[in-house]
Amino acid sequence: MSEKLLEAKGVSKTFPGVRALSNVDFALGRGEIHGLMGENGAGKSTLIKAITGVFPRDEGDIFLDGEVIHPHSPMDAEALGISTVYQEVNLLPNLSVAENLIIGRQPMKRGCIDWKTINNDAIKILQKFDINIDVTELLGSYSIAIQQMVAIARALELDSKLLILDEPTSSLNLDEVQKLFIQMRRLKEEGQSIIFVTHFLDQVFEITDKITVLRNGEYVGEYNTADLTKLDLISKLMGKALDELKEFEHIAENKVDEDAEALLCTDGSGKAGYLNPFNIYINKGDVVGLAGLLGSGRSEIANMLFGIVKPDKGSMSIRNKKIKISSPAQALKNHIALCPEDRKNEGIIAGLSVKENIVLALQVKQGWLKNINTRKQNELARKYIDMLDIKTPSVDQAIENLSGGNQQKVIVARWLATNPELLIVDEPTRGIDVGAKTEIQKLIVQLAQDGMGVLFISSEIEEVVRCSNRVYVLQERSVVGELAGSDIDEHKIMHTIAGKGE
Amino acid sequence: MKLLEKLGISRRSMPLIATFVVFIALYVYGGISYRNFFSARVFFNLLTDNAVLGITAVGMTFVIISGGIDLSVGAVISTTAMAVAVMTQAGVPNGLVIPIALLYGTVLGFLMGFIIEYFKAPPFIVTLAGMFFSRGFGYVLSLSSVPIVYEFYAKASAFGLKIGNGRFTIPGIALIVVIIAAIFLSRSTKFGRNIYAIGGSEQSAVFMGLPVFRVKVLVYTLSGFCASLAGFIYTFYTLSGYGLAGIGLEMDAIASAVIGGTLMTGGYGTIFGTLIGTLIQGLIKTIISFNGQFSVYWIRLFTGGMLLLFILLQKAFVAGTAGMKKAEG
Repeated sequence: MSEKLLEAKGVSKTFPGVRALSNVDFALGRGEIHGLMGENGAGKSTLIKAITGVFPRDEGDIFLDGEVIHPHSPMDAEALGISTVYQEVNLLPNLSVAENLIIGRQPMKRGCIDWKTINNDAIKILQKFDINIDVTELLGSYSIAIQQMVAIARALELDSKLLILDEPTSSLNLDEVQKLFIQMRRLKEEGQSIIFVTHFLDQVFEITDKITVLRNGEYVGEYNTADLTKLDLISKLMGKALDELKEFEHIAENKVDEDAEALLCTDGSGKAGYLNPFNIYINKGDVVGLAGLLGSGRSEIANMLFGIVKPDKGSMSIRNKKIKISSPAQALKNHIALCPEDRKNEGIIAGLSVKENIVLALQVKQGWLKNINTRKQNELARKYIDMLDIKTPSVDQAIENLSGGNQQKVIVARWLATNPELLIVDEPTRGIDVGAKTEIQKLIVQLAQDGMGVLFISSEIEEVVRCSNRVYVLQERSVVGELAGSDIDEHKIMHTIAGKGE
Repeated sequence: MKLLEKLGISRRSMPLIATFVVFIALYVYGGISYRNFFSARVFFNLLTDNAVLGITAVGMTFVIISGGIDLSVGAVISTTAMAVAVMTQAGVPNGLVIPIALLYGTVLGFLMGFIIEYFKAPPFIVTLAGMFFSRGFGYVLSLSSVPIVYEFYAKASAFGLKIGNGRFTIPGIALIVVIIAAIFLSRSTKFGRNIYAIGGSEQSAVFMGLPVFRVKVLVYTLSGFCASLAGFIYTFYTLSGYGLAGIGLEMDAIASAVIGGTLMTGGYGTIFGTLIGTLIQGLIKTIISFNGQFSVYWIRLFTGGMLLLFILLQKAFVAGTAGMKKAEG
C-alpha cells in the first residue's frame, strides 16, 4: 500500500484553444483534507474532471492506491471508490429528494425498489445536516442551497476511498457550511480522504490540512495549511504583489453625491407573497448594494426592477417620470440591464460564441429586423474583450470553453452593449476566484464612476461593503435599513439584519 | 389549485388528475347521451380497439420520459404484421413466427438506440431513418395485402373471456398485462428510475454514476419490442399484413403520452397516464361512432383539440413549478 492515496503526476489537458492543465502534480495523503485552490481558469475543475473520468487526460499518470487508473466516466470513478460533488448542483430536479440521495443503489425487496426504506434512510441522512424537509417532494421545488446540501449528503453517503467536493459551499450560508464541516471532520476521523475545492479563503483555512495551489493550468505548490498566512495564499493564488490587493481594499469607500441626477426610484413597489413594499432610489454614479441573507429578497428586487415579475402595488419612476415596467423588453428600453444570478441557466447561451453572446441583448433591444452586421458585431465583441480583459483566443470561441470568470465578463459585456444607465448585477462573482472577483468588482465601481447607476447584489457582505457607496439591508423580503458612505461596514449590516423591527 | 393541495393532492400529479377527470367526464357524457354506453361491451371493446395504440404508447412513453422520441413505431407495427403474414405464407412454423416477429422491432430498436448513443445522433433523425427503413422493408416483403393462413390467428382473434355482455379479448388482456408490467418497471426497478433520471438531466445522471448509455439503448429496444408486440396483436384484427398499415400511428402514440401528462422535454410522465391518454382517444372515437351524425374525420379534430388543451395545461403546470422555486430562492 503506497503512502499516498491519490497521486497525479504531470497531468496535462488541452481544449480547443485553451491549455487547461499543463504538467500538474497533485498528491493526497490518507485521512487528509486537502484544499485545491486557484483562480478562475487555474484548472481546478479540469483536474477534478480528469481524476473522475469526465474526460480523458492528454498526458500524465494518476495513481490511486499506487495503481494507475483510467476512469472513462464518473461511473467508472465511482466503481474505483471516488465519489464527487461537482461544481454546479448536479442532481435531478424531477425526482424526489430521497430518490436523489439513493438512486443508483436503491435497496430492493422482493424484486421491487423498497421505497419505504429509501424515504426513511433519506430522512436519517439529512438529519445529520439538520435538514428536516419532506423527502418525497421533488428536489426541484427546493432552493439551490438545499439542493446543494442534498448533493453533498449523497456523496458523503457513498462508501468511497476518496471524496471530492468541488466548490460545494458556493450556495450555502455560514450555518450550512458549519454543518458540512462537522460532517467532513467526522469522516476524516474515520480515515476518509477529502479533496476540497473552494475559493473561500476562510473555509480553506478552517478545514484543510494541506493546500495545493494551481495557477493558469500550472502547478504552483503544495503547502501545509498551518504554515500559510492568508496573505501568503492570496499572493500565491494571484501571483501578484500584496500591496496591489491593499490598494483595492479601498476602491469604493467613497462619497455620496447628494446632487447626483436621480435614475430610479420606487415608491412602495411590492407584490403580495413575493416582496414587501420597498422604497429605494439609485442615482447616477451610485453603486447601491443589496445585503441580506439567502432568501431575504435580493434577487426578487432585481427581478421586479427588470420587469420579470410585475409588482401589484406601489409605483416606480425613472428620471423622475412615473413608469410601469412589465417586461424585460420595457426595462431595456428604459436603459435598465440585468446580469442574472444563475450564470449557467439564465446567463450564457452555451452553444454560441463569445461574440454572439455579447451582441445578443443589443440585438433583442434593436428588434430582429435591424440586423447587426458582422463587422459591427466583431467590433463590439473586440471592444468589450479589450475593455473587460476577457481571456479568449478569439471572438468566435464557444463560450462554454471559457472559465467562469470570463463567462461572467461576457455577460456583463452583453448588457454593457445595450448602453444601460442602470445596471443590475446579481451575484456577479459567485463561483469565481479572488483574481477575477477583484477585476469584476473594480469594473463595477469603474462603471459607476463613469456615470452609470449600479445595483450590486451579493451574498458576500464583504464584497458589498467594498464596492457600494450606499447599501440597502434586506431581511425577510423587506428593506429594513439603509447605510451610506463611511457608515457602511460589515458590523452595521449584520446588526441591521439582526435587529429587524427595532 | 390551493384547494387540491389542501386535499393532499400534490401539484405534480395535477396534469394526471386533469387527464383522469376528462376521461371520466367523457365517459359520463357518453353514458348520459347514449343508451347502452355504460356496458361491459363498450368498455371491453374500448380496451380491444385501443390495445395496439396503447401498447405502442407504453414504449413511446418510456422513450419520451428519457428525453427522446421514437418515430419508427408505426412502421414497425406494419412491418411486423407483414412479416408474420409472409412467414405464414412460406410455411414457417408458428413457434418460430412469433419470436421472429417480436425480435424484429426489438433488434431494430436496439440498433437505433445504439446509433443514437454511440454517435450522439439526434433521436428524431435516427428513428425517422428507422421508420423509412422499416416501411421500405415492409414494401420489399410485399406491396399488396398478404393474408395470414394459419388458423391460430383466426382462433386467437375470435377468443374472448365473457364478462357481462363484453369480451375480454387477447388484445385487451395483452394491453392490461403490458400496462401492469410497465407500471412495475417504471416505479419499482432501477432501470425504470434511471429512465426518469436521464430525462431529468442526462448530464447529472452521468455525474451521478448512473449507467446512461446502457439505459438509453435499452429504452429504444423496449420501445421497439412494444411496437413489435403491438404489430403482432395487430394481426388479430386484420388477419393479414399490409405495408400501408399503421401510418401516423407514432403520432397517436405521442398524443397518448402527452395527453396522459408526459412532458416532451423528458423526466416527467406516468404509464397510467398514457393508458388514460390512449383511452381518451378511444372514447372520442366511440362517442363519435355512437353519435352517427359526425363523420370519422371529426375524431382527428377532437383529438387535436384535446392535445392542444393538455399542452396548455402542462405549460401552466411547468410555469407554476418554476414560480414556486423562484419564490423560495
